[in-house]
Amino acid sequence: MSTPGALKTLSGGVYLGMPAFPEAARTSTHDARLRANLRRATHTIRARRADAVAELEDWPRLREAGKRIKDQTLRHLDRYLLQLEEKVTAAGGTVHWAADAAEANRIVTSLVRATGSTEVVKVKSMATQEIGLNEALEAAGIAAYETDLAELIVQLGQDRPSHILVPAIHRNRREIREIFRTQMARYGRPAPSDLTDSPADLAEAARVHLREKFLRAKVAVSGANFMVAETGTMVVVESEGNGRMCLTLPETLISVVGIEKVVPSWRDLEVFLQLLPRSSTAERMNPYTTMWTGTHRGDGPKEFHLVLLDNGRTATLADEVGRQALRCIRCSACLNVCPVYERAGGHAYGGVYPGPIGAILAPQLAGVGGTVEASLPFASSLCGACYEVCPVAIDIPEVLVHLREQVAEHNSGHRLERAGMRGATWLLDHPGALAAVERAAAKTRALHPRTLPLGPAKGWSESRDLPDFPARPFRDWWKANHTSEMSGE
Amino acid sequence: MSSREQILARIRAATETAPEPASVERDYAETHTPAGRAVDLLAEHLTDYRAHVHRCGSDAQLAPLIADLLTGTRLVAPPGLTAHWIPAGLDVLCDDPPLTPATLDSADAVLTTCAVAIAETGTLVLDGGAGQGRRVLTLIPDHHICVVRTAGDVVLSLPQALGRLDPARPLTWISGPSATSDIELDRVEGVHGPRRLDVVLLG
Repeated sequence: MSTPGALKTLSGGVYLGMPAFPEAARTSTHDARLRANLRRATHTIRARRADAVAELEDWPRLREAGKRIKDQTLRHLDRYLLQLEEKVTAAGGTVHWAADAAEANRIVTSLVRATGSTEVVKVKSMATQEIGLNEALEAAGIAAYETDLAELIVQLGQDRPSHILVPAIHRNRREIREIFRTQMARYGRPAPSDLTDSPADLAEAARVHLREKFLRAKVAVSGANFMVAETGTMVVVESEGNGRMCLTLPETLISVVGIEKVVPSWRDLEVFLQLLPRSSTAERMNPYTTMWTGTHRGDGPKEFHLVLLDNGRTATLADEVGRQALRCIRCSACLNVCPVYERAGGHAYGGVYPGPIGAILAPQLAGVGGTVEASLPFASSLCGACYEVCPVAIDIPEVLVHLREQVAEHNSGHRLERAGMRGATWLLDHPGALAAVERAAAKTRALHPRTLPLGPAKGWSESRDLPDFPARPFRDWWKANHTSEMSGE
Repeated sequence: MSSREQILARIRAATETAPEPASVERDYAETHTPAGRAVDLLAEHLTDYRAHVHRCGSDAQLAPLIADLLTGTRLVAPPGLTAHWIPAGLDVLCDDPPLTPATLDSADAVLTTCAVAIAETGTLVLDGGAGQGRRVLTLIPDHHICVVRTAGDVVLSLPQALGRLDPARPLTWISGPSATSDIELDRVEGVHGPRRLDVVLLG
């Protein structure tokens, strides 16, 4: 069995050396425990989200406003980033720009080194997952401790995240208890020997284990949910208080944030702070939100560094259909309603962004050249549930179809498919031949097989019935029924 | 070219031919509730997320009420907190000079006010003003008691709250005690922040 440690190298948020989606899903869909864990979790949150959203009768208008604010921001992204930089700097922060993952990792590593600290506490952040920051810090001799409960479960279990919001969604409470009992002692305070599998007890164990790390931490690394251009304000929404610990206690705070996370105005938060909690955890408001602007004298970190991350985002921005993926506020509602995600699980997507949003984000951030990236746009039945729940109205099915085109063009298509297309093109260009083939097909109906027996065609028809040919070709029927009328006119 | 220039140039190249998107319409609701319901709704929504809500008719009744809520004697009091709210006979920890995290960890509770409370979401917002103190004061002690002055602190909705807050201040939004949904997506109260949140609605 390959260890997760061997798969940590990342390109645009996709792990190198992973199998393509169909292959990974073939294994994961046979894992009965995973299926049960995911089914339970996604169905719980699905119903609650629907209730939380139904409370606001203006939800469609909030959603449209959220979409438009993001579209406006993306259209003038250069202007808003410059404004943000100016405001953060004026408030005592330092802004860094990172074109790719390697540069972001270098910047953070040298900032941590400059403090003299050999450990950092981390707030859950997709951007730092995407760039593989923990591994880069580890290589530089700096220990990075994840402090979000689910990230802690993943890190202690030497596992990979499988959900944007709840990275350990594939683990049930009994598995989590085992991870805590066997692994906590290796990294600090051990779990109590009488630890039960009740969620309250597990949360208590995490509280005690992490508290000593919070109280001694000198450096924290976070992401951010929103950055306000007009004020330079950073916003982190969370539930547990680990975010507040990291954002408040250490002397130095480093936030790594994707360039698309900026919003123009303070007032824009009134839209997103209504959309995000209800979509992600189905709450009216998440337990804790921290907002800070640069550094605050006598309160919180004395030094604040903002690392603005591109890493494929500007390439995504250049695609007129695909750029809508940059509206994403990482709520994960699309994962929770997706029939494919529910059955295949997050690991099958091969990267840090699973589910429907991952299937359009990963191939755009990393390009469709890789095996995993090229398989992701096909990891969908195009049912459209993801679009329905998306709080910023990303038309995920539209982008999936668009990316399928790109994959087909990039790979010049499948051999048999190309042959079929050439045959069909010729046939449709020759009406006489088409009529002859249609009549022949109609006459031999009784002999048609239900499935195709050989090669790739066999695989295709394993889960599909071949279409029935009509007893009489349509054009013959039309001629018999309508020709006289038309000639009569 | 620096990465800054490179990223900005890529953005400009990617967007220069893009059409101007539709302008933002703020036709969503400013509130979802009639104004008279604010305080009751705040109490309801705080309770929904496992905060304990208490009503107090007058300033003079506060100290005995708070004394009843406390389970220990070490109470953190931020600068600017009304002195007569603090029950007699306590070991009061003042944040001047600043208390260390270790001292805060040994405290039993912290008593604060808030800058604004949002009824529709059951949220308290602290901005470091008088009676609220540094962010860490309401983070490390395991018990937070927050006094909300119903006459001036309560707004109905999130848009109304944002309009009253100053982004230049450090802001902490609190909706119930700390919680997690990380185990089987089921909500459990009590992780790193205060596990008990008492809210006293004054007035």
